Amino acid sequence: MLSLVRSLWEVFRHAFARRVTVQYPEQKAYLSPRYRGRIVLTRDPDGGERCVACNLCAVACPVDCISLQATEDEHGRRYPEFFRINFSRCIFCGYCEEACPTYAIQLTPDTEMGEYKRENLVYEKADLMIDGPGKYPDYNFWRVAGVAIGGKDKGQAENELVPIDTHSLMP
Amino acid sequence: MMSNLYPLLIIAVVLFVVLNLAAGLIWVERRLLALWQDRYGPNRVGPFGLGQIAADSIKLFLKEDWIPPFADNPVFVLAPAIVVATALISFAVVPFAPGFVVADLNIGVLFLLAMSSLGVYSVVLAGWSSNNKYSLLGGIRAAAQMMSYEVFMGLSLLGVVILAGSFRFADIVEAQRGMWFVIPQCLGFVLFLIAGVAETRRLPFDLAEAESELIAGFHSEYSGMKFGMFFVGEYIGVILISATISLLFFGGWLGPVLPPALWFAAKTMFFICLFILFRAALPRPRFDQLMSWGWKVMLPLTLVNLLVTGAVVLARR
Ligand code: SF4
Ligand code: SF4
Repeated sequence: MLSLVRSLWEVFRHAFARRVTVQYPEQKAYLSPRYRGRIVLTRDPDGGERCVACNLCAVACPVDCISLQATEDEHGRRYPEFFRINFSRCIFCGYCEEACPTYAIQLTPDTEMGEYKRENLVYEKADLMIDGPGKYPDYNFWRVAGVAIGGKDKGQAENELVPIDTHSLMP
Repeated sequence: MMSNLYPLLIIAVVLFVVLNLAAGLIWVERRLLALWQDRYGPNRVGPFGLGQIAADSIKLFLKEDWIPPFADNPVFVLAPAIVVATALISFAVVPFAPGFVVADLNIGVLFLLAMSSLGVYSVVLAGWSSNNKYSLLGGIRAAAQMMSYEVFMGLSLLGVVILAGSFRFADIVEAQRGMWFVIPQCLGFVLFLIAGVAETRRLPFDLAEAESELIAGFHSEYSGMKFGMFFVGEYIGVILISATISLLFFGGWLGPVLPPALWFAAKTMFFICLFILFRAALPRPRFDQLMSWGWKVMLPLTLVNLLVTGAVVLARR
């Protein structure tokens, strides 16, 4: 019985405690840089598209909300013809970001995506693409990968040796 | 002609005040609960979030009113009306100020107890007619709970009645001119407070509802304004018990300087807030605990209280 009275008193005292509510539209809560919010497609430091349309993100996505079509440019660089994320299905799990071999797809600390129409939640490539490299400012997939594309042959990537000429007897 | 219209006016005022207060309590309760949980509560709609009252009512009115096909239709519809009706009828005998009462019955206390106890029918019938096992469990619990507190609820008031020598609310209040009855009847007050919380089926005695065990107990199947009726009925019950406590134990409208109605309103509001504090702070007992408490502790205590009060009054004669 006394413990009940005590808990009444303790709860009453909370009337004078500090409020923990964040008054949202006026005050914003701090979201860490690794927060899993709105998804973006990033670019290389030299401005080219990072995404190579490998479809790994679409496969990793547990709710199948990514859809894309691969194509190639004149240099033999693969890129997505269209890239579409249906945010009304996305659960912001971040699996796509983890699956991506090129750091192209990234989740950002932005949650303000409210829409009045459901269709508006389907983001096309133009909506997803940003101009910067996102969380990995120096990474450039085509400069690291050993794949030959127009303007960059085999052996010209960073940390890559010139290929061995298998027809030569020289060591 | 005027004398015919006066009671109607009182009825209109009482209905207006009580129903609006009941709606307003939704906001009061949410704000107070938030206050005690280090939050703000609804503070967006209008000043201090007061517009939330209108928003909530509009929402309730516009919700689909769905009667489950497996429910016992007439009883299902009737149940929410009973709880509001009985609670409102009880207000007929509650005096808001000297002379400002719908029916100044000489058995006012009995009438109030009887009417507010009828409210349990609503819960039992709602639980029964919903044809849902959780609702039924809620209804059964309500009935069992009613058994255990109703007895000592009535008896705990008898000490006051003995001291005042009348069942009429106005007489009881006037008898407290010298001293509030809470002082000689502090045991009766505590017992009645506990019984009152059980009567209104609010936390910690919301066993019939118990959303963590029984979904929402007796009103799981209710939606729209029928659900709203249970809500309003519950709040009217809270107002009613608070008003009764302030009338019987805290001198009702008696008080210096301020007009009587204001004193009465202030005291009632204090107890309404206390009800909400109970909800914020206390855990819900098991229902066998409630029953054994009611029968083994509360009832003997009320009887002792009654006997001692009677003996003292007799000895003083
Ligand atoms: S965050 Fe998860 S659900 Fe959303 S697109 Fe990426 S993988 Fe799919
Ligand atoms: S975003 Fe990454 S994982 Fe998805 S298709 Fe492009 S490169 Fe592949």
